[in-house]
Amino acid sequence: MKRARMALAAVAMSAIMSPFALWAEDRTLTVVAPWEIKGFDPSVTGYAFTRMEVAETLIEIGDDGLPIPALAASWIVSEDGRTWRFDLRPNVTYHDGSRMTAADVVHSLEIARGKPGVLDKVPIESIEAVGDAAVLIRLSSPFSPLLAFLAHTSAQILAPASYAADGSVTQIVATGPYRIVSVEPPQRFTMERFDGYWGEKPEIARTMFLAAGRGETRTLLAESGDAQIVFNLDPASLQRLAGNDRLEVRAVPLPRVITMKVNAAYPPLADAQVPRALSLAMDRQGIASALLRQPDVAASQLFPPGMAAWHNPDLAPLTHDPERARKILAGLGWMPGADGILEKDGVRLAFTIRTYPDRPELPLVATALEDQFREIGVDATIAVGNSGDIPAGHQDGTLEAALIARNFSLVPDPLGTLMQDFGAEGGDWGAMNWKSDALIAAIDTVLTTGDAELAEEQRRVIARILQDELPVIPVVWYVQTAAVSKDVENFSIDPFERSYRLSRMRWAR
Amino acid sequence: MIRLVSYRVLQAGLVAVMVGALTFIMVRSLPGDMAFRIAAGRYGYDLVDGAAAEQVRRELGLDRPAIAAFADWLWSMARFDLGVSLVSGVPVVVEIRHQLGHSVELAVVAILLSMVLGPPIGVLAAIRPGGLFDRLVFVATVGLRSLPQFVIGLLLIYGLSVHAGLLPAAGHGGARFTVLPALTLALGLAAVSSRIARDATITVMASPYYRFGLTKGLPPGETFRRHGVRNIAVPVITYLGVQLVYLIEGVVVVETLFAWPGIGHALVHAIVARDVPMIQGTALVMGLMFVVLNGLVDLVCHLIDPRRRAA
Repeated sequence: MKRARMALAAVAMSAIMSPFALWAEDRTLTVVAPWEIKGFDPSVTGYAFTRMEVAETLIEIGDDGLPIPALAASWIVSEDGRTWRFDLRPNVTYHDGSRMTAADVVHSLEIARGKPGVLDKVPIESIEAVGDAAVLIRLSSPFSPLLAFLAHTSAQILAPASYAADGSVTQIVATGPYRIVSVEPPQRFTMERFDGYWGEKPEIARTMFLAAGRGETRTLLAESGDAQIVFNLDPASLQRLAGNDRLEVRAVPLPRVITMKVNAAYPPLADAQVPRALSLAMDRQGIASALLRQPDVAASQLFPPGMAAWHNPDLAPLTHDPERARKILAGLGWMPGADGILEKDGVRLAFTIRTYPDRPELPLVATALEDQFREIGVDATIAVGNSGDIPAGHQDGTLEAALIARNFSLVPDPLGTLMQDFGAEGGDWGAMNWKSDALIAAIDTVLTTGDAELAEEQRRVIARILQDELPVIPVVWYVQTAAVSKDVENFSIDPFERSYRLSRMRWAR
Repeated sequence: MIRLVSYRVLQAGLVAVMVGALTFIMVRSLPGDMAFRIAAGRYGYDLVDGAAAEQVRRELGLDRPAIAAFADWLWSMARFDLGVSLVSGVPVVVEIRHQLGHSVELAVVAILLSMVLGPPIGVLAAIRPGGLFDRLVFVATVGLRSLPQFVIGLLLIYGLSVHAGLLPAAGHGGARFTVLPALTLALGLAAVSSRIARDATITVMASPYYRFGLTKGLPPGETFRRHGVRNIAVPVITYLGVQLVYLIEGVVVVETLFAWPGIGHALVHAIVARDVPMIQGTALVMGLMFVVLNGLVDLVCHLIDPRRRAA
């Protein structure tokens, strides 16, 4: 009798639950972020298809930032560090059912190499297929971060069916756990689970990416429950969403830093002590807690603690000391003029800081800095324009200073960014008319050495030189924020911004 | 009738050339290096640098003199070829066809909604001018017309979506997604059309022919149907033509707020990224739409009002 009742209850339960199970299967997990889809080319929109786990690269990056096998199952590097052999994962099928071959991989990588940005910065001599299951990359000089470069989204491996005759990408036929169902640029694309995936199959069957450029829209999408995961929230919304009991708000530090780039050849900024004084004038703690409402993000050095290999806890932290800043400038001969702005030999201590609104906090931080600089008698003018104006101003020499959000995981190894930013010619997003032979030598050593201990020591040298000479002045570290619905379990943020990790999540029962 | 249509066709041709030339000159005279802007649009700000800009400059021939580039554009136009987007590499026609459809859908629903909301309320308000309902409608219309569409949209999302949970907050898909953005546009349009309808109704009801209708013994409803509706419709529809400016301007704001993949939104992004063919194509289509819609308004008025046919 008891058993019969139990059975009855079980039947009743499953009758009640089954529509829920169906509903969960049918339900679409919607992710909202500000970035619009501009096309299919991996060098343009590849990040979106990597984050939604549609397309994959030879190498993946683990949570600790170290390379792990993805479409390449293993690799060997030659003694001289110039020949890399990648053995491909067997039995990988594309979303159209065709089999991945070494020739396809070479084709995808060759096309990626022809695009500006990432792979064109690697000293590659040749990429060739070895039989059907391996790829050989020959370099003209050793290049230790090669694996990180191959993990960049522009190096996605796509099926031959993805490309038109001229090499342009017309559709995404890739290998990831999700495959594209529809793409409607610039706003959204939808996906479904790919049953032929080589790895573990995801639980959530349908997903959608929606681009919403306005922060207000994103916040409201989270509040209304239309989207389950919403990224890049502005500081004010963050507080409001934290009070919503259907949502959870998360923040994770990213290897991205808001820095002030200075033109060391611009006369008022030419003395190396001036950037030092500007750094002392910055109230980073105030900006972090009052403006960004994230007290821990005030930068004490360029590399945030999350970049464990690069952050150097022994460095004397950057501090806020306007009194000392004034003394330094007075010592250099800068004296207050009639309007309180410092002058020397008829030159005013004035410059323009260019910045851009793509990251909404940049104009805010710039305005705060303008105010803080004025306190020590420095006249900074803010010019908010397009992000392209900064490399353009660097190239034509007209840039005086810029406030930027620099990404150190452009490729998941910060070396990729450092070699671009602090080379002999400086970098479009890095040093300007500033050069340190010791720093270049240290970067070169880390790039080419196979000796882990030596690399570790040289990384410390790099961090120390950047802290002592401030070719770019760190302001605040960057935090990625997200609101996630409590309908979703197992949510986490990838600090390398490579994946939204939807394949690891599941619907709450 | 033939004169009316041929006039509009001529106007369309002039609009095409003017819009093309003006957008071309304006984009060229905007500050900032085009190659860097286009590279930023393509690769994102993390990856835009001198090398990327150089590649863009070479690929697109941005070094050529402006006059040669403009002559090219005119020649392509003559062959009905709008070119290829500098950012996505997709033909401009394809992008516009995709986006224009969404914008037209939004605009049509907005106009229909505003027609359902505005004129009937205006007519009702005109029954007792200066009465309580008339004064309430006056306050509401002034309020709605003075609020930017951005604010109306946010308030609607907040009320109907976040709080009531009736409709999706933003995005694009079935009919449910269309309601809020269309309503945002419709409320502003209805605010004006209700005022026009009210004033027209008062004028018509005070006119000698309307009074004569009543005097000769027609019931009020019949009088309104036979002598009121057409006469009120003419100014309301004429004014709709004027309001198209408001609609086109509104589409830009509303599409961005509601993450709606329309042509206004595309225009804003194209300008930021200096995507010249997209700007020219989009502005051209919007200009032509304006001519066509105004032509339609003329035509409808022509049909409603027999006096114009005689003239």
